[in-house]
Amino acid sequence: MPLLETRDLTKTFGHVTAADRINVSIAEREVIGVIGANGAGKTTFVNMVTGYLKPSAGSILYQGEDITALTPRQVTRRGICRSFQVPQVFMSISLFDNLLVALAAAEQVHPNFWRPLRQRHLLDAAQEIVARYDLGAYRDQQVALLPQGVRKLLDIAMAMAHRPRVILLDEPTSGVSVQEKFGIMEVVMGALRETGVTVLFIEHDMEIIERFGSRVMAFVEGSILADGPPSHVLADEQVRRHVIGEELHRSRRSERGASHA
Amino acid sequence: MMATLLSLLRWLGALAAMALLGWLVPEWAAFLLTLALAKGLVVLGLLILWRTGLVSFGQALFFGFGGYAVGLLGGYAGLSDMVLLTALATVGAGLLAALVGLLLARYRDIFFAMLSMAFSMILYGILVKTELLGSTDGFNVVQPTFLGYAPQGDTLRVMIYLWTVLLCVGAAYGVQRYLESTMGQLAPAIRDNELRVEYLGVSVVRIIYVKVIIAGALAGAGGAITAFAVGHIDPDAMTYWTVSGEFVFVTILSGTGSIAAPFLGSILFELIRTYATQYSPYTWQMVLGSSLLLIILFLPNGLWSLFDRLRRPARPGL
Amino acid sequence: MLTFIAISVDGLVYSSWLFIVAVGLTLIFGVMKILNVAHGSLYAFGAYTAATLVGLYFNADLPPAGSFVAMGLAALAVGLVLGLALERGLLRFMYDRDPIIIVLVTYAVFLILEDTIVLVWGTSPYYAFQPYALLGNTDVGVLSFANYDLSLVGLSVVVGGALWWGLTRTRSGKLLQAVIHDREMAQALGINVTRFFTVTFVLGAILGALGGAVTAPQISVAPGIGVEVIVIAFAVVVIGGMGSIPGAAIGALIVGMLRATAVHLLPQVELFVIYGVMSLVLALRPEGLFSRAQARKI
Repeated sequence: MPLLETRDLTKTFGHVTAADRINVSIAEREVIGVIGANGAGKTTFVNMVTGYLKPSAGSILYQGEDITALTPRQVTRRGICRSFQVPQVFMSISLFDNLLVALAAAEQVHPNFWRPLRQRHLLDAAQEIVARYDLGAYRDQQVALLPQGVRKLLDIAMAMAHRPRVILLDEPTSGVSVQEKFGIMEVVMGALRETGVTVLFIEHDMEIIERFGSRVMAFVEGSILADGPPSHVLADEQVRRHVIGEELHRSRRSERGASHA
Repeated sequence: MMATLLSLLRWLGALAAMALLGWLVPEWAAFLLTLALAKGLVVLGLLILWRTGLVSFGQALFFGFGGYAVGLLGGYAGLSDMVLLTALATVGAGLLAALVGLLLARYRDIFFAMLSMAFSMILYGILVKTELLGSTDGFNVVQPTFLGYAPQGDTLRVMIYLWTVLLCVGAAYGVQRYLESTMGQLAPAIRDNELRVEYLGVSVVRIIYVKVIIAGALAGAGGAITAFAVGHIDPDAMTYWTVSGEFVFVTILSGTGSIAAPFLGSILFELIRTYATQYSPYTWQMVLGSSLLLIILFLPNGLWSLFDRLRRPARPGL
Repeated sequence: MLTFIAISVDGLVYSSWLFIVAVGLTLIFGVMKILNVAHGSLYAFGAYTAATLVGLYFNADLPPAGSFVAMGLAALAVGLVLGLALERGLLRFMYDRDPIIIVLVTYAVFLILEDTIVLVWGTSPYYAFQPYALLGNTDVGVLSFANYDLSLVGLSVVVGGALWWGLTRTRSGKLLQAVIHDREMAQALGINVTRFFTVTFVLGAILGALGGAVTAPQISVAPGIGVEVIVIAFAVVVIGGMGSIPGAAIGALIVGMLRATAVHLLPQVELFVIYGVMSLVLALRPEGLFSRAQARKI
């Protein structure tokens, strides 16, 4: 039985079809890269799976259970978490407190109203996350003052606080400088690998897709054009035309250059 | 262990100090303090809501309910025990808040403020038009007794004051624990990004619902005490929208930085009001309005932030 | 039958009054997203100024018909002076603040102005009955209606019509609609949003003062008349949809008719129905703000 499955998942906004009968089957421990032009339906897919958008048709199954009608809150509790294209974090409190709150929420199905938030085990767990994601320098700063890259990491770390079985990362390296991109992905993937979580990450950078994904899904205008190992999908004629364009040529050329050196 | 012992001592110290104050100050001051502390309870509830980013312009609903509960139970049910009546009023106000909150907790910003105001005006409308409830004249409140003991004159006033102090310190302690708990600490998160809180697996509406109930119960307690202290209740003094406005004003005046702020702010408010109305009853509102403006413009975190700034130096990265 | 006529006419008259009083409030909220608590003071200032001017007017033995002009001038003067002073002198520094804070600022202004009225005019009530009696009565069977009250219906139609025409048929009106929809976008397109804000606020202030001015002959003008008006105006604006002028008309009609029915048939629920409906509307359809599609957040 697949861990996460969608059947004919469809979403229309009036005349616009954002998702067109998407059929996807994800197994445990897979690391899947999702590519596609802007507006191809990638984020809509994530929004539907996590319950933020109600599909127009189709269903979503998680561990065999139909979760199509669940709210984001319920989906999170089942074990599916996500990060956001624009980091959704709590701006007015410190980075550490963001993590603390996320951990407490994960642990307490109904938030405590008498026992303090700052308990030893939660403080330790938050500190551990700070260390794992290398955020020590920013620990006590107000998030509003932190750079975008740090907020991205925080966003992902908060999603991981729930120890989900599936995590959906929406453009984890967008808005981040070219030098930092690989660094961030290394940190994130390293942390994720430790937990054995199933990962689906949306990316525009093909090098990162090739480096970290064991499987690639290419979205085009609401449907999945290709789905398979990176070598196949990224070489696919249609995918190259609709999604990749010239970029693959350039990266191939640099690879050839590097192997000759 | 040491930390909790120290903290306990601090609370008992505050309790003792407040109690002693009631004995030392002249009679009129004790009365003022009682009223101020009762108001402080209401503002304490507003503090909880403010931290979540919500302002209620209708706490007079619960305040008035508490006062009228005391008045009616005293008048029609023959009860007079202050402890019992305060408890009933508080629980009753909490239940009312549980009812009203079902709707209120789904709204934010201006709509939360307007809906809360509308509810309080409904109560006002009912009270004004109902002869049985005293209409616009209101009625007198029974003199309180304490567990069988019926004090008179000065002793009565002191006992009311002491009971108020006990309630306030108890409430402050409870609210402090609440604010430091997970639910309390989620307040700035909710204010910043409700969606993210939902994605953390937490129901925002449920949390706000709880806050509405707590604030309602606190306001009910404040109303009950005020009814006893003043000895008379009427719709204009207990439920009109201007009463809610005053509570909000004190919230801004005090700032929401600490649970002591609402009480200190209320005391300051009552002092200013007494002197301002004595000096010139027709400029009191002007003083209020001007202070509110000045605070919003120059001291947006209330007077407490000033006190805080004096206590310790600014810390970088905060 | 007679009761039906009484309710209908009373309701219509009261609705017209409500519309005139509330339309300025909804206009300001629609354009500037500001809930102006000081609207009550503008109303009160309008009433007091009108009462004073009418008093002076009749003392000067001028033709009675001109007293209406005097009332109109009172509203204009109050709206211009106070409106400009408030918007240019205070509110324009607060536009980037939290809407709740702006409400509190207008509340503070309201408190200040309430006492200012007492300082200027004292606590004794003012009377300006003359224009009221001028127009005579209309009799329907045993019922007698003052023509002054009936003319309010006409006035509200004129005011509503003029606003609607201005908003939909003139170029400035269409630009204003753009500002209502998206302030930032309008600015980016080169629309002088600052000037529109000033004009809107002054217009809203004039309308609020007008509400007070036309009321002056009907009541004893005393301190505190502004306080009651605010909540009623809020109720009308909320029920009709905040920021919508046709909405204000509908809201005024609903509240006016409900109140008239209550007053004639079941007086105990007079206040209850108004705030009850306000709560109901807020609970079921808080739109007005949410009527336009929300842009994608995530």
